[in-house]
This record gives sequence, structure tokens and C-alpha cells, in this order.
Amino acid sequence: MAVHEPQQSQTTPPDISRRGFLFALGVGLNVVAATLVAIPIIGYVFSSFRYKTLQEWIQLGPLANFPEGQTRLATYRNPFTSPWDGSTADIPCWVRRLDGEKFQVFAINCTHLGCPVRWFQESGLFMCPCHGGVYYADGSRASGPPPRGLFEYEYKVQNGHLWVLGGQLPTLSSPEA
Amino acid sequence: MGPGMLRSVALWLDQRLHLTRLFASTAGHSVPASAHSWFYVFGSGTLLCFVIQVVTGICLAFVYAPTANDAWTSLLFLNYQQPLGWFLRAMHYWGSNFMVAVMTLHMVQVFLFGAYKYPRELTWISGCILLLCTLGMAFTGQILRFDEDAYWGLGIGASITGRTPFIGSRLVHLMLAGPIIAAETLSRFFTLHVFVIPGLIIALVSMHLRLVLTAGINEYPQPGKLVRKETYVAEYEALVHTEGVPFVPRAIGKDLIFSALLMVGILACAAVFGPSGPSGPPDPTQINTAPRPDFYFLSLFALFALLPPYSETFLLLVGPVIAIAFLFLLPFLSGTGEKSPRRRPVAVLSVMLILLVIGLLAYLGTYSPWSPQMDAWSGAPTPVEYVKGRTPLELQGALVLQNKQCRNCHSLGEEGGRRGPALDGVATRLTRDQLIRQVIQGGGNMPAYGKNLAPHEVTALVAFMQTLHQPHEALARDATVPALQKR
Repeated sequence: MAVHEPQQSQTTPPDISRRGFLFALGVGLNVVAATLVAIPIIGYVFSSFRYKTLQEWIQLGPLANFPEGQTRLATYRNPFTSPWDGSTADIPCWVRRLDGEKFQVFAINCTHLGCPVRWFQESGLFMCPCHGGVYYADGSRASGPPPRGLFEYEYKVQNGHLWVLGGQLPTLSSPEA
Repeated sequence: MGPGMLRSVALWLDQRLHLTRLFASTAGHSVPASAHSWFYVFGSGTLLCFVIQVVTGICLAFVYAPTANDAWTSLLFLNYQQPLGWFLRAMHYWGSNFMVAVMTLHMVQVFLFGAYKYPRELTWISGCILLLCTLGMAFTGQILRFDEDAYWGLGIGASITGRTPFIGSRLVHLMLAGPIIAAETLSRFFTLHVFVIPGLIIALVSMHLRLVLTAGINEYPQPGKLVRKETYVAEYEALVHTEGVPFVPRAIGKDLIFSALLMVGILACAAVFGPSGPSGPPDPTQINTAPRPDFYFLSLFALFALLPPYSETFLLLVGPVIAIAFLFLLPFLSGTGEKSPRRRPVAVLSVMLILLVIGLLAYLGTYSPWSPQMDAWSGAPTPVEYVKGRTPLELQGALVLQNKQCRNCHSLGEEGGRRGPALDGVATRLTRDQLIRQVIQGGGNMPAYGKNLAPHEVTALVAFMQTLHQPHEALARDATVPALQKR
């Protein structure tokens, strides 16, 4: 259809510059428009980059629930939750009450690869079912592949209740539970 | 409607859709006659598996509820309520297994036959990206089976990601779409599994197939026939010109037979073995679980247990990059020369070694000897012959051994964990003093029990362990103490 036009335009330089200008303008406009489109999309997809750590004080229950000298499993509803989270926002943790108001609260996740560690009262050890990581009662590493001791929550005692500062899955790069 | 009418309709369509021309330049293109081989059926087989996955996947998406709250229940609904839901789930599961298996065979064949060499570098590279996409589908698919293994599998993925220096926590939050594994995490993996990766696969398969047309299909390699950049293309064109046959119908026969067998295989496995899971609900408070990945990631799972801890972060983050870079660079590292596996012993041995290592790791992953057996202390009684005729002190020691959960890691009479050495015959390996030291201080891979054992418990435990030897076997003794001067 437009077979003869290129030959014509070769003989008329002003036309080249006009077509060239329109082409360049078209490309330029599209680059600008595409960038504008991309900004909200990238901002949306990478929105999680805006926050670093999400933490809030969470009530774990009255002190009477945690006998002295024992380690008990406690669970809480994660403070940052969506209505359709289901049971996934119920997070367990290990509460060790040394004496009085001295506690240690450990994240459930093994520091090796995040599997749930189990407490064995008799031998005073936490054992991981995935790759055999073992921790002592105070959370320090005993054996196996874990690179460090268990992740610990900050805690406080207020009005006879135990509170922990938590809200995110602890990993090696952000060990705050 | 007579045959003349039919013919004119066909011609009318062909004139507009250019079907005969399309056929001649695609399915009917000429391939070397030697490509009609049983070794060349795996590529089309993988594609068939992908088509089955798309069809069964769409069917599952009709019913599956991709929200953290409902996904697990909707899988149970699929299994037990939805007519044939269990069968579609089974087909999707077995289709994925077959796809990974046939894709692996395809890759091994392509590698051994030198098909990645000049001028088919990009065919190989697009295939490598397809391999990664397929593994991505396998992982994300395992997450969509939103059960306890999926939940803790995400935990493992997040923990690996969290080892990235500097931006680790941000990447974890990007992966989980939030601070914990929850609703948005499943939505994210659903999107990856259903839109993003399949879209990539379709685009890459198109590229892969187009490259099969433009760069041709590898002729069956002849030992001694070397690939030279200067001459290969001309030689190949001459070969296709003289000995070429149209792929359809002259070279597709074996592909068709293999594809039919594959479909029957998937149907048979689905019917006999059924769908996989779901296991327990994705409730992190149910901590009495031993998460295991699906078959394809068992070897990786085993590797995590066996790597020396100090090298782990480095190998987890850098190892895959090096492996993938090596795969991509392969056609540039050995792009010419010999193609036949008969003259490429290093290539053949490499394949055998890699498959052996992956197979062995996967085997170890299935029974994971490194994991403590959590219920052995309460579930596996001390064998009767070990307590017969023992003194009260030794019997007390047997109780300590049981109660302190030693059996979770140490087996006795073939029962118990395999994390540590079996305790049968331990008295022949360690002296009394060494036993005491090992129990109290730990060492090797054993925790120290000093704080959790009272002195009298240690005495009893060691007394019992000293009875753990066959009657004819001598006790271990300290070489620095003269043999006659017994304790």
C-alpha cells in the first residue's frame, strides 16, 4: 500500500525531518507515559519495602499461666492481621519463667531455617524436627546447624500480665520476633 | 454438504488463514531423519505435561479458594465433595511429577547429545530458564496446597531469603507480602503460580520452539563428527536438504507414542496413588509437625542438614547463582567440537555424578537421619535383653536414658533417632570416664547435659551404658592405664 512513499520521502528532506520528529516525539511521549504508569505499579508491588520492622506490644496472659522454673507454649494473634488470615495469624512462642518477673520468651522458629522447635522438659532442650538443631533451656545453641541461639522477644510485665514485643517472622537479618 | 462444497470451504479458509503455509513452515518443517529417535521424545513429552498442568490447573482453580482462611478447607472439599475433584488434584500432582521427571530426561539427553552447542546456544539457555520456571511452579504449587508443610516450607524459604546481607529483611517481607506468613502470602504465591510463571513459561516455550525452527533440531550425533563454527550451518542445511524429512508426519511418530504413554502413566498414577495431601491445617500453633518438602526439593532439604554450618549462608546464596551461571555459560564454554557421548567421558561422568548426588541426597531426605525422633523417648521402650539381669543402679540408669530423651537421637536395638551414634555397644567404644565427660560436656554434635543431670543420675546412666556390649566384647579401656590394673 505505502510502497512508493519511502522513495518520495528520500527526495524530500523536509518530510524526513517531520516524520523523524513525529517518531521521536512519539517514542519520547511513550517513555514518559510508561514511566508514569510504572511508578504506581512498582510502588504497589514493592510496598513492603517501606517498612522495616513491624512490632507491637502483645499480651500473652496473666503471670499465673506461667509457673516459675517452667517453659510453656503460649500463643497470640499477630497484631498485623487481615480478616482472611485464618489460623495463620495465630503465632506460638515459648515462655520460660525463671523466677518472679524474670522471663525469657523465645520465637518458635529455629534460627537455622525457621521450623518449629519443640521443648523437652526432662532433658531441658529445644529440638527442631527439620535438620536436628538443638538449643539449651536458655535458648542458646547446643548443637546442629543453627548459626545462633533462639530468637528472643522483648518482654515486660504490666498489671500482672506478660507482654511481648512482636509482630514479624524473625529471620537472621531481622532477629526481632 | 458435498465433498466439493467442503473443499471450497477449506480453500476459502486456507486463503485467508494461510494454514498450509503455516504448516509447512512449522510442524511440517524438515528435520534430519536421524532425529526420529526414542531419545528425542522428551521435549514434546515435557510440553504435553505442561498442557495437562494448564488444563487440570484451570479446572482446580474453578473450585480452589485462594485465601489463607479457606484454601485448606477447599482442598478437602475438592478431595471429598467435588465430583472427581480428588482425581483432578491427583492428575495435577502426578502431572507435575512427570513434568519434572521428563524435563530432567530432556535436559540430560540434550546435554549428552551436545545439542546445546553452536548454533543452538539460545535454545539451551531458554530451556534452562524453563527449568527454573518449572521448579518455581513446583515450589509455588506446593505452597498452594496450603497445609502445615506449605506453611513451614514458606518459613524455610523466608529463612533462606533472610540470610541475604543488607536487604534480607526487606526481601523476606517482599516474599511474604507482610511481616508474617499469612493471607497476603498465599495470594502472592497464587498469583505467581497461576499468572506470572505460567505466562513466562508460555512465552519461553514459544521462543524455545521458534529456535527449534530457526536453529534446527540437533542431528543424532556421530562419534568423530566435530562441530566447527565455520562449516556447521552449511553442513546442517545440506543434511536437512538431502536427508531431511518433514517433522509431521515423518518424524513425530515416536513423540506421539511417548506422549500417549505419558498420559496413560499420569492417569494410572493418579488413579492408583491419588492426590497428595493436604496434611494438617496451616496452623502454626500445631507445632507437633515434621515439615518435609515435596520430592523435587528433598535433595535440597537434605543438603541444608549436611552442609557445614559455617559455609551454609555462603553456599545457599552463592551456590545457586554459580550453578545457574554455569548452566547458562555452558554453550559458550564448550560450544564446538565433539557431540557424541561416546567421545565425551567427562560429560557422561558429570551427568552420572550429578544424578547420583541428587538421588542420594533425596534418599537421605526421605528418612532424614539428622532429625531427632521426637517420640522415641516415650514410644520406643528399652529392649528387654538390655534390662535383664541388671543391677538396680543399672536399671535406674536405663530409666534416666529413657526419661532424658536420649533415645530421640540415639537408637537402642535399631529403635530411636539416628542423629547420634547407636548406643548398642557404646561400652566397647568409650571408657567410663569418657562416657561421663561426653554426657556432661557434650561435644561432637551432642548437647551438654551437665545442667540437667544430677550426679546420681549420671552415675546410674553411665553404669547402664557400661552394660551395653555383647558378652564376648571387652569394655573400652584407657590405654594409659595398664590392662591388668583394672578399676
